[in-house]
Amino acid sequence: MQVETQPKTGSGAAISVRGLEVAYSGTRVLHGIDLDFAPGSFTALLGSSGCGKTTLLRSLSGFVPVEAGSIVVGGKDIAGLPPEKRGMAMVFQSYALWPHMTVLQNIGYGLKLRGKSKAEIAARVAEVLSFLGLSGYEERKVTALSGGQRQRVALGRALAIDPGILLLDEPLSNLDAKIRMTMRHEIRAIQQRLGLTAVHVTHDREEAMTMADRLVIMQAGHIAQVGTPEEVYDRPASAFVANFMGAENVLPLSVERGEGQAAIAAGQARATLAGEAAAALPNGEALAYFRDDVASLDAHDAVAAGGDLVVPGTIAARAYPGGIYRYKVEAAGRQITVDDAGRHELGTKVGLRIPLQRLHIFPATEAGIAA
Amino acid sequence: MMRLASTARATLAAFLLAAFAFVLIGPLANLALWSVAERWYTPYKLPVVYGTRYWEQVFRPTGDAMASLGTSVWIAVLTVIVALALSIPAGYALARLKLPARAFFMILFLLPQAFPSVAIYINVARIFYQLGINGTVFAVVLVHAAHGLVYSVWIAAAAFGAVDRDLELAARNIGASPLKAFFSVTLPLAAPGIIASGIFVFLESLDEFTGTFFVGVPQVTTLPLLLYNAAMGGNYQVASITALILLVPSVLFMLFIERFLRADVLAKVGA
Repeated sequence: MQVETQPKTGSGAAISVRGLEVAYSGTRVLHGIDLDFAPGSFTALLGSSGCGKTTLLRSLSGFVPVEAGSIVVGGKDIAGLPPEKRGMAMVFQSYALWPHMTVLQNIGYGLKLRGKSKAEIAARVAEVLSFLGLSGYEERKVTALSGGQRQRVALGRALAIDPGILLLDEPLSNLDAKIRMTMRHEIRAIQQRLGLTAVHVTHDREEAMTMADRLVIMQAGHIAQVGTPEEVYDRPASAFVANFMGAENVLPLSVERGEGQAAIAAGQARATLAGEAAAALPNGEALAYFRDDVASLDAHDAVAAGGDLVVPGTIAARAYPGGIYRYKVEAAGRQITVDDAGRHELGTKVGLRIPLQRLHIFPATEAGIAA
Repeated sequence: MMRLASTARATLAAFLLAAFAFVLIGPLANLALWSVAERWYTPYKLPVVYGTRYWEQVFRPTGDAMASLGTSVWIAVLTVIVALALSIPAGYALARLKLPARAFFMILFLLPQAFPSVAIYINVARIFYQLGINGTVFAVVLVHAAHGLVYSVWIAAAAFGAVDRDLELAARNIGASPLKAFFSVTLPLAAPGIIASGIFVFLESLDEFTGTFFVGVPQVTTLPLLLYNAAMGGNYQVASITALILLVPSVLFMLFIERFLRADVLAKVGA
């Protein structure tokens, strides 16, 4: 058998998940997941803890028994196969390096299982190590390595067997901030270069956005939204997604839809919206979600114009995170966070200028859970 | 006031330490003294004639002592093999699998220790006699293994429990069968604990008296039985020397535990 001197490109495999259900001792954790992973894509499973993202990854890898549904890879349902027959390589949050083995033995383990000779293993491990910037580390004990180096060895162990699918279980959460940034780019670059299908579990929104082509937002064992980082960030499908993606300000609205336009009221403030945007609004009581940089401070008697809502309020708190001031403004019975360049005293009466175009508006009945 | 309190505390500590040393070292010193006493009788506080005659007698190649030491070691080795063959799979199962009756199994291995051993061994002897295996090394090994299993199973369960599940899953994930993952990852990582439990079983077997007495006598003579016979016969020198020989492996074991066993394994024993 010939040693591959150059890693294969475009070796990623497609995964097709249908109706996947998983339960732990009677409690259902995944409620019928349908999801497709294109070859060579990088997908991030994102959600708060307990949403089922890790369970989904572990059921792909075969560590968690599947109750119902199928996982099809290369035209074959692998849902019933044991982990060793699935051809997926996983990088664990804890790295899970074997402390009684050297770096060479750790990375070479999978090759040894595949009956490669000592020389072949040594050559492949050297290649993987140089690829990861760890040349010459073969004989080190893994316990003598730093966190970042362990992370690379764990990645190397997964890559050494030329897997079609790379599973990443929060691999960066044990690293300190600076190394984490570097590793994000490294893992992404390696995945691109080898053309692997990567599935990455994380609870870090920024990590998911910067690494993945596609985000899968999960909520209580269901998929809340699937889309590119831009889609999910700019057009959240539900109040939960909007909130999870950082739109943490909530403003209760009431919407009255008329012919080709909609009248929107928030407390005393009123505005009208016309055209396509108006047609998409729910009628009646609604909740608007928006990020801290959406609203701006204005005079409390400022005139609403051009699809802006001006809500009167009072400054309740001020913080200086650097560059701009961050205010908590009491308005319409809620506390709204607003970033502003100027310094204002507490208790100042202000008008919150909120551009309607940038709000994510959902019917109050449906949004209530996430508010 | 403070000084007085601290002086009192230091005095108390010194007293307790001395008492502890006396309890620990006193009998040992007595043993050592007896082993080199060729003549020692009542009015004298110390032996009258010192000498190594009894050491020579014990270590004479044709002596009973060497023969029974051989028997003891042979039985202990066999006991360790039997106990580990059972406790490695049992310990792994208890550590990994979510058995509903896990507590029940843990207690089950404890049972032989929970009742008066004489009562148990008399019945065991009766059954072995009916089976025709009384007085064989095999019978003694069975009795010693049953006695040692509680330690070896509990310690093995703790040793396997201390191996992170992900380490095993990582091996499976990369292509290892369950058996391969066990032998290349789980077992090597649990090895210090398993070895410790083996040594413990070895020592227990070396030291065991009651069971051997009921199922082994008169054909099988182990070192503790020899010690008993010597002591009953008034030969305190041979009894002391035998006791000192029995002490050596225990001390080695303590050193091993101290050197190799991780605290997190010890903490999981019985949990």
